[in-house]
Amino acid sequence: MLTTTAARAAGLMIGLAVAGAALLASLLLGQIPVSFSDLIGSVVAYNPGDLEQLVIRSERLPRTLIALAVGAGLAVAGVLMQALTRNPLASPGILGINAGALFLVVVGASMFSLTAPTQLIWLAFAGSGLAAMLVYFLGHEPGRGISPIRTVLAGVALTALFVSFSQGLLILNQERFESMLFWIAGSVSGRNLEAVSPLLPLIAVGLVASMLLSRQLNLLGLDDEVTEGLGLNVAQIRLAIGLLVIVLAGTSVAIAGMIGFVGLIVPHIARGVLGTDHRWLIPGAAVIGGALLMGADTLARLLIPPREVPIGVVTALMGTPLFLHLARRVGQTS
Amino acid sequence: MNKTWVLRGAEDQWSVRIQLRLLWVCLMLAGLLCLSALVSLSLGSYPTTMAQIVQALSGDDNLHGVRLILLEIRLPRILMGILAGGALGIAGLLLQGLLQNPLASPDVIGVTNGASAAAVFTLWITGSAGGTPLLVPAAISGALAVTILLVALSWRGGGSPTRLVLIGVGLSAGLSAVTTLILVISPDATAMSAYIWLTGSLYAARWSDIAGLAPAVIGGLVIATASARQLDLHALGRDLALALGSNLNRQRLVHLLLAVVLAGGAVAYAGALGFIGLLAPHMARRIIRTGHVGLTLISAMLGGLILVWADLAGRILFIPRDMPAGLFVAGVGAPFFVFLLYRLRRQR
Repeated sequence: MLTTTAARAAGLMIGLAVAGAALLASLLLGQIPVSFSDLIGSVVAYNPGDLEQLVIRSERLPRTLIALAVGAGLAVAGVLMQALTRNPLASPGILGINAGALFLVVVGASMFSLTAPTQLIWLAFAGSGLAAMLVYFLGHEPGRGISPIRTVLAGVALTALFVSFSQGLLILNQERFESMLFWIAGSVSGRNLEAVSPLLPLIAVGLVASMLLSRQLNLLGLDDEVTEGLGLNVAQIRLAIGLLVIVLAGTSVAIAGMIGFVGLIVPHIARGVLGTDHRWLIPGAAVIGGALLMGADTLARLLIPPREVPIGVVTALMGTPLFLHLARRVGQTS
Repeated sequence: MNKTWVLRGAEDQWSVRIQLRLLWVCLMLAGLLCLSALVSLSLGSYPTTMAQIVQALSGDDNLHGVRLILLEIRLPRILMGILAGGALGIAGLLLQGLLQNPLASPDVIGVTNGASAAAVFTLWITGSAGGTPLLVPAAISGALAVTILLVALSWRGGGSPTRLVLIGVGLSAGLSAVTTLILVISPDATAMSAYIWLTGSLYAARWSDIAGLAPAVIGGLVIATASARQLDLHALGRDLALALGSNLNRQRLVHLLLAVVLAGGAVAYAGALGFIGLLAPHMARRIIRTGHVGLTLISAMLGGLILVWADLAGRILFIPRDMPAGLFVAGVGAPFFVFLLYRLRRQR
């Protein structure tokens, strides 16, 4: 773990470099090989007649940007949730927040034929908000605070509930298999940039707001009484952080469906490198999350050509070992 | 209150104690099961009346088509529902007792997902869209492998039930990713049907499937009721059970194996049905408090009832679409799971 400011800044720089490499890899690698000069060309002198440049502009660039934004959003949402619940297993995927958003988005898309992301986003917020309230209510023991294991179990139950309803709606609508997978296992491809571009600023706003709250997040790790004594309104801060989680996770799901485990793994990686100070942790998690999802998406393209692995499967396979490791630790202390 | 009859053999060589209340409950549930089967038999996308059913089954040649529908399509589905639901009900009861955890059930701790990952893997390797003789052994060994992994990972000088459930949840998520991965790799046509099968569907149940699952379920029922005394002892807690002379570890192993075989078998034939293993034992405990003879019988029958009704709902609510029964089970089961958490929250 890096402790001095200089070392942390250097660590963050290295993280940015890795993210840059992942960005380049995501733009260059895939079914149709493109060269570096095609990439330069598509930026400085875009020629839609050129196949390679067309691929970069219409296919690679949108999914790369979406992966970057969604990865950063989910990772920071995970940091916020882990601080909020003081639970190392908390993440928008595991606590059912993503599934709640997914459910209402699928309801809107399949029952009311809503397609515009600007309409679906409100449903996603409502769904993730609903799930967040339910999970808090169920995981909360009167007089004893939040029980980590119970919270996780409540999240699992809610996920099962929302996912099976969503599946039912999708099957009822005779959606094709790919379309089912898009929502249930998540995907960053096949979305055009114009449609989702109104949503990307929401993630940016969420990230900036989280960074502004990082001092308060640090204090949440202390005892509530100490925090109150330092002059903070704990309830207000919790509410603000909860709303940020809903915005970040809800937007991510509305853009890319349910991608699990990013919000779980990235905060732990970031904490391992940069320590527990949220002023470093949040930008670190955003960078690592973006890099991870761009990398996972590139991997998803390359594993079984000409088909693609759903990106949620790649992240789940990466995340399960870590979850198991954490579960063994948490189970031991309680 | 609890009246009992005691049947004794000549010279007291054997005796059976029968609780009247239990007898009544069992008879009523059995009656309800028969009634549900009849209702389910008469409803569907091709409506038939009771009179037609009687006529067709008594061998009227004019109703040959109806008889075909009844005997080859609806009846196997209903029987499969009863068997698979029963298997999951018993498996859930055994697991809840073993883990001393009211939230345990084959699907929550990943046993179901292990079985389905192995089943889908087998379908992919053999390249068949369904119905390979390897499916059942594959599903059961998948369930077994996950169980072994689960116990190994959560065992740290003694198993902690909460840790085990948490690790099961994690394994379950990882395995469902593996299953999705295999589905994506396999050809399109098999993928969607496999996907629907995964949500739990009795669609296309055949007589040969019934013949395959029935011995396992009946055997499981017999073993579980025969070892009901042991299960009752274990419910008292580890220390008391040991002090009363139970060979705890061996018994636990037997019950664990039994639960795994039942859950794996149910998944192999009826898909990854969730929540029945959770719902049925809890409802059974509501009806009678204790006594594993009764709990086993009632859990099995309730499991069957739930699945038969879920399948019926799937067949008739969205005609002409045939919705997987698993969706309806989850629709009832997941809110119940949430309710259970809520009640646990208030208790402690």
